[in-house]
Amino acid sequence: MNPKRAWTRPVVLLACVLMLAMFPLVSETFYIQLLTKVMIMAIFAMSLDLLVGYTGLVSLGHAAFYGLAGYVLARVSPQYDPASLWTTLPLALGACAVFALLTGLLVLRTSGVYFIMVTLAFAQMLFFVFHDTPIGGGSDGIYIYAKPEVKMGGISLLNLEDRKVFFWLVLGLMAAVYLFLKRVLNSNFGRALIGIKTNEHRLQALGFPTFRYKLASYMLSGTLAGLAGYLAAAQFGFVNPEIVGWHTSGGVLMMVILGGMGSLHGAVLGAFAFILLQEALSNQAWFGPFAKHWQLAMGLFIVVVALLLPRGLLGVPSLFAGKLKREPGVE
Amino acid sequence: MSEAILRAERLTKRFGGLTAVNEVSLELHVGQVHAVIGPNGAGKSTLTNLISGELRPSGGAIHFRDETQFIHDLAGLKSDRIARLGIGRSYQKTNIFLPFSVFENCRLAAQSRQPRAWRIFRGADGYADVNAIAERSLQAAGLGARSGMTAAALSHGEQRQLEIAMCLATQPRVLLLDEPLAGMGSQESQRIIELIRQLTPAHAIMLIEHDMDAVFAVAHRLTVMVNGEVIESGAPAEIRASLKVQQAYLGDAHGGTDD
Amino acid sequence: MDTAFFFIQLLNGLQYGLLLFLVACGLTLIFGIMGIINLAHGSFYMIGAYIAWSLASMTGNLLLAILLGIPLTVLLGMLLEALLFRHLYARDHLYQVLMTYGLILVFEELRSIVWGDDVHGVAVPGMLSGSIPLTDNLSYPVYRLAISGVCLMLAGGLYWLIQKTRLGMMIRAGSTNREMVQALGINIKLLYTLIFALGVALAAFAGMIAAPVSSVYPNMGAQVLIICFVVVVIGGIGSVWGALLASLLIGLTDTFGKVLLPEYAGVSTYLLMALVLLWRPEGLFKRI
Repeated sequence: MNPKRAWTRPVVLLACVLMLAMFPLVSETFYIQLLTKVMIMAIFAMSLDLLVGYTGLVSLGHAAFYGLAGYVLARVSPQYDPASLWTTLPLALGACAVFALLTGLLVLRTSGVYFIMVTLAFAQMLFFVFHDTPIGGGSDGIYIYAKPEVKMGGISLLNLEDRKVFFWLVLGLMAAVYLFLKRVLNSNFGRALIGIKTNEHRLQALGFPTFRYKLASYMLSGTLAGLAGYLAAAQFGFVNPEIVGWHTSGGVLMMVILGGMGSLHGAVLGAFAFILLQEALSNQAWFGPFAKHWQLAMGLFIVVVALLLPRGLLGVPSLFAGKLKREPGVE
Repeated sequence: MSEAILRAERLTKRFGGLTAVNEVSLELHVGQVHAVIGPNGAGKSTLTNLISGELRPSGGAIHFRDETQFIHDLAGLKSDRIARLGIGRSYQKTNIFLPFSVFENCRLAAQSRQPRAWRIFRGADGYADVNAIAERSLQAAGLGARSGMTAAALSHGEQRQLEIAMCLATQPRVLLLDEPLAGMGSQESQRIIELIRQLTPAHAIMLIEHDMDAVFAVAHRLTVMVNGEVIESGAPAEIRASLKVQQAYLGDAHGGTDD
Repeated sequence: MDTAFFFIQLLNGLQYGLLLFLVACGLTLIFGIMGIINLAHGSFYMIGAYIAWSLASMTGNLLLAILLGIPLTVLLGMLLEALLFRHLYARDHLYQVLMTYGLILVFEELRSIVWGDDVHGVAVPGMLSGSIPLTDNLSYPVYRLAISGVCLMLAGGLYWLIQKTRLGMMIRAGSTNREMVQALGINIKLLYTLIFALGVALAAFAGMIAAPVSSVYPNMGAQVLIICFVVVVIGGIGSVWGALLASLLIGLTDTFGKVLLPEYAGVSTYLLMALVLLWRPEGLFKRI
């Protein structure tokens, strides 16, 4: 990157964060909630980008962690009272880390297409656990009637029932995840992951125990996905087996690919684009009777993107500039 | 004559019905270049893969003596474990990180010895020791001026140089060089031959090559393989004079390129 | 559990497994030979079922519907291959996943638009609607036996095709060395189109004959797809034998699981997969 312009990116990012921060003050509830949902998806997408875009492991089962965290919150929360964020969040994240460790030891024995299939399969396994067994609430799901509370010494620090406060919490967490991942990806560990994506065979021959690195990436990725799932469950107030379903996994993978992999801000953009596109296409005011079948338009859009754009939406400018290079995503 | 640092004993590799390497024994000593020559398909690359751990032997043993004089049994170890013991290899088919810069290729290779994987908040570019090793390796391989370029933009010969530089950056004691001169012009070849000469005193080198001039210029010992077997092994002069070898190989493969 | 009941579950499990095999076979062939992972493969199963239902409703005869439906699905397969899938051969699996995921959405919505979202039953064809008595109280439906029989015949036919014919030889060669096959003058484009169409037709046919037994409902495609993935993982990609073995294994595990431990039956398939991953990550068999 050109050193003279190295300052532009942080400035742009800061500006975006500030603009987003002011959003709830000028907007109505529906849009605040929508944007909160989008930012939660951005966290989810970034977590998957770590795995897909940087480590080169294409998972079609990432919803497993997303949904698991939500279910943990739902099961641990008292029937009608708020649960403590301090206890439920670490518990949810811990569950995801453990699940990632156990399944990672198995799925990472495979690669390529097998990996895609087994990750999908394990998420589906979780679907059946929540759908059929007593652990989940069956297909009806479980309600979370009160948002988690953030208290210290009996004093409420954040009132998450207030949509604006919840928005700012999510915004803060999204920014924190972004900065965290940026740092991590620039560390020795991050470079090794990118090395794995680029040429795992050589990296291993150089002396890196690549399995361990992949497992660590898988666990980190799963835990961050759990953070998104926890927030989503808290926002929505409801969990059901669909949240570990393949539609959820497929959706977040689409966000990552559309946003251009190997780029954190691409993942965020992908999440924004995907959800907003979804909202637009299903808007009855705009599309009338077609709105019900928005998935058709979405599906066609995805097919077209897959056929034409190797670099996702970020590749659009270079497509117009006439130079469409095929580069693996490395920043 | 120092003790062997690496000894392969009756190494064998079978792929189903095909025996690619059949009871091959050889020794590597520090300060010596041991060249392995033979026609294409003789099993030389397979042999290299067996030693580097990328393939599992079907039979035989490989022993490595480390600095503390402890003998490691390499058979069955993973390639990363073997690399960390101090055995580095370069590839016949260029196997670098194409999208990375030349420097990053070497830096990553050097990082393998100082992984510091837990330091997730410290930037990878900030480790002076690793950077220094990467820089030295690039200089040694003659790529100092190309440091900032993307590896994919290098010429073929320069990519072969990078192959070797990466191998050097892992600071191995044993170097397994698989056709380092493949596809190189004569000037570049000279450069690599000179590099091998410089490296010889402190390393044990196994050199697979088709370029006979280069082989006879640097090798202290030759092993000739045909169809997976060793047909002759000894000093260069002996091999040059051997009728068996001339019939099998040397006569018609004078400095030829591979296919 | 007495013998007759056990026997019935055994037959059910085999029948389910054999149906799975038809669908999984197409998936594994398409991947093994053309290197394409197709998430929309389950949609073909669903499309077959809905075609069978709608044609059966129109003609009043399931067998006729199937007869009419098969060439339709073959045509569909050839069209899809020529227009879309052909472009994916050289691409990264990621883009195959992306495109075929988009296709799932398209197929599901088209199905919703054309046929609606209701669950439909399909009547068993007249001549196959009887039952074979097993004991004084229990009998087994002829139609289910017919399904198993047809699947076994197809399995045998596939084996013969792949192992004993020139086309099969080209298929096997094409999967290992595409350039060589082309150099030999064999029209690889046509070969791939045919193989793809075969895979689609097999999946659709499975959906058609399964319709009376499992009903016709919106989510049937996705369900069968994921199980097929497990079949391919357990059996090994590109291996038809592996697909057969794995399908039967899963069919039996799932069926017996449902009667013995109904709450955990759904999970059992995946536990099986986990075991295989522990023991043999590349699957039980390899390649064709």
